Amino acid sequence: MENGLDPAPPLLEVRGISKSFGAVRALQAVDFTLRAGEIHALLGENGAGKSTLIKVVTGVFPRDAGIVRLGGEEVAPRSAKAALQAGIATVYQEVNLLPNLSVAQNLFLDRQPMRFGIVREGEMRRRAKALLADFGLDIDVAAPLGNYSVAIQHVTAIARAVDLSARVLILDEPTASLDRHEVEILFGIMRQLAKRGIGIVFVSHFLDQVYEISDRITVLRNGRLVGERETASLPRLELIRMMLGRELAETTSARASEGEHKAREICASFENYGKAGYVAPFNLELRHGEVVALAGLLGSGRTETARLVFGAERADRGQATVEGAPVRLHSPRDGVRHGFGYCPEERKTDGIVAELSVRENIVLALQAKRGLHRPLSRREQDEIAKRYVKMLDIRPPDPERSVGLLSGGNQQKVLLARWLATSPRLLVLDEPTRGIDVGAHAEIIRLIRELCDDGLALLVISSELDEIVTYSDRVVVLRDRVHVEELAGEAIDVGNILAAIAADSVTVALEAHT
Amino acid sequence: MTALLPRRGLAQILALIVILAVDRVVSPQFFDLRLQDGRLFGSLIDVLNRGTPVALLSLGMVLVIATRGIDLSVGAIMAISGAIAASLADSHGLPVVLAAALGAGLVCGLWNGFLVAVLGMQPIVATLILMVAGRGIAQLITEGRIVTFSSPDLVWLGNGSILGIPMPVAIALGMLILTGAVVRGSALGLLIEATGGNARASELAGVGTRAMILAVYVWCGVCAALAGVIAAADIMGADANNAGLWLELDAILAVVIGGTSLFGGRFSLVLAVLGALIIQTMNTGILLSGYPPEFNLLVKAVVVLAVLLLQSPKLSGISGVVARLRGTKP
Repeated sequence: MENGLDPAPPLLEVRGISKSFGAVRALQAVDFTLRAGEIHALLGENGAGKSTLIKVVTGVFPRDAGIVRLGGEEVAPRSAKAALQAGIATVYQEVNLLPNLSVAQNLFLDRQPMRFGIVREGEMRRRAKALLADFGLDIDVAAPLGNYSVAIQHVTAIARAVDLSARVLILDEPTASLDRHEVEILFGIMRQLAKRGIGIVFVSHFLDQVYEISDRITVLRNGRLVGERETASLPRLELIRMMLGRELAETTSARASEGEHKAREICASFENYGKAGYVAPFNLELRHGEVVALAGLLGSGRTETARLVFGAERADRGQATVEGAPVRLHSPRDGVRHGFGYCPEERKTDGIVAELSVRENIVLALQAKRGLHRPLSRREQDEIAKRYVKMLDIRPPDPERSVGLLSGGNQQKVLLARWLATSPRLLVLDEPTRGIDVGAHAEIIRLIRELCDDGLALLVISSELDEIVTYSDRVVVLRDRVHVEELAGEAIDVGNILAAIAADSVTVALEAHT
Repeated sequence: MTALLPRRGLAQILALIVILAVDRVVSPQFFDLRLQDGRLFGSLIDVLNRGTPVALLSLGMVLVIATRGIDLSVGAIMAISGAIAASLADSHGLPVVLAAALGAGLVCGLWNGFLVAVLGMQPIVATLILMVAGRGIAQLITEGRIVTFSSPDLVWLGNGSILGIPMPVAIALGMLILTGAVVRGSALGLLIEATGGNARASELAGVGTRAMILAVYVWCGVCAALAGVIAAADIMGADANNAGLWLELDAILAVVIGGTSLFGGRFSLVLAVLGALIIQTMNTGILLSGYPPEFNLLVKAVVVLAVLLLQSPKLSGISGVVARLRGTKP
């Protein structure tokens, strides 16, 4: 090659994109480059900024800074429709088509072939048939789209997007609800489209599929670009490190020594506990004054384990024991009665009651635990709210403000306060630091440590491995809904956790462990 | 200054004052009250008396709506309980009549609550079933006739008075106080508001959201049954076809005028009842003005629009901006 540089500009060039939602910086100076004819995986854990990046590029969200070039020319679409016209099409996990209309009508919605103001149904069907034949699909295009499987709906959405002269095709978790065979069909179509010169962005959390289909990988983490690599030359362990680990800076650990935690009393234990199709049976012991972390990739069964432990999901096998006595955990009420608390990952939908005040949100669980007939008086409520607003430094320090108006970090503190007010013995925290600005982040971690010193048992889920290393006494590693490894004491470091997550089999994990 | 005025309810109180003022203009003797045979008479008393059924319905409806539900069957429940009360009135004592009628309302409420809370049906569909079937049940009870009665006990419930106050008004007031005491005296109010505000989150916080939902539909059924008994006592008979017809819509309107969102969450019992009174004050005013009652519906629509606009967050945002602009001027 005479000239080392590729003369043609990349198909899609994103430079220095930033986006904030209030105090939360969702994207910070992110770059992304897509070449024509490549399949490019965009990876990152929940909250890494993948969706935000897609939405900023396609004009769903306005951007704060940065530029987008398509085929060398700067574009700034103001809506998904404008992006589509410019040649950037997005197919979301939930297909945005109309299930009650026919496949043909969906394909040609808004641009039906017309003659004398009348839709030419026959012509439309013929063209729909031809279009889908390109994708190896031979179906009755006159039947309602809703009659077909999700896979076919996906292909229809892709066919429509491509036919609208898309040059860039963004597929957001397209395989999440497809079975193995359907995934194969989809991948076949993706390869075929790439051959035609279309650039495909593939968002997925199935790493196997990423390795199978993608040419290059871009990893985001906490709204920043971690790196862009060739798939072929990126070992899986390194990829997971990019997704989960920070720079692996040495972390000050306040862990208890191994001997110490053996002496601690068991708070709750779960024996052969599990639910079919949800999480494989596991054994778990939670001790007073101890932090147990659940580590693993998205979809590995972390949240599922947490929900079983709390009682939000009913186990179909195994036995739970609290302070030595067997218990049944069939509902959140059972969990609360036994002194458990649970801060869910989805704060807005599963945590706060946005319309109610900070005070009401804080006393909610305590009031539910006390029952209807023992209401907390307004004076008691005020006292409790004031105490926790001060203790957790909730801002603004106004207990009567609606929780929905608070920042993410403060909402998280309100949820913590809700459970602390019930004087729990066990707290389950699912991603307690997600979507929280840096200051509040450090505070929450300090709180976790303090609560543990007060004798609480804690079960914490986090994608931040160095965070886990900082506060955990034990780490349970999950993969594919199975508890595969438990690390304790000195064995807890980012490298070991990564090895356990990445291992293709248990033996590899053991090797990495020794 | 603004601290002296109640934050909530201002729009409703203003609306009521305006409507009362208009009523005073169209009917100069609107505020006249006189005592006759130990009972108060006058247009204002009429408003209260006529407004009782919707006020009672709105007491139950506001709780249902606070859980993000709706109960379309209250008019039909009125018909059922009225039919039962009228059929039993001349053969049984008042306690039995009341127990049977209110018991029927309770069963109806349980049915609605079961469909919504246990089977997870959408409230509007679930209660539509009883809305349709209920009138049929009422007609079966009355065997398709208008059942009249003469039991002085039951008639007294509709036409008697206590300390000069008409019985229906006294009953509605008593129910308001009772409901308020139960809901705000216990933790029920908070837990209902939490359930309506975010059922998933409340469930995870240990709130028995199903029990909450079941309870509000049961209470709604009981309130509707009481309204049905009073309506029957008032006319000394039960008409299964027309008793409580379309009143579910007035009750929903009263709740909405009272500032409770159809999306659930925060509610106010007093303001819901105030909403019922606003509706009735309008009805009575139009009747007194001599305009044909057809105007009633149009005027109602305009007033409802005005009250809702006063509550709209967008509009208060605009008035807030105006206030700030004024504040910055020297």
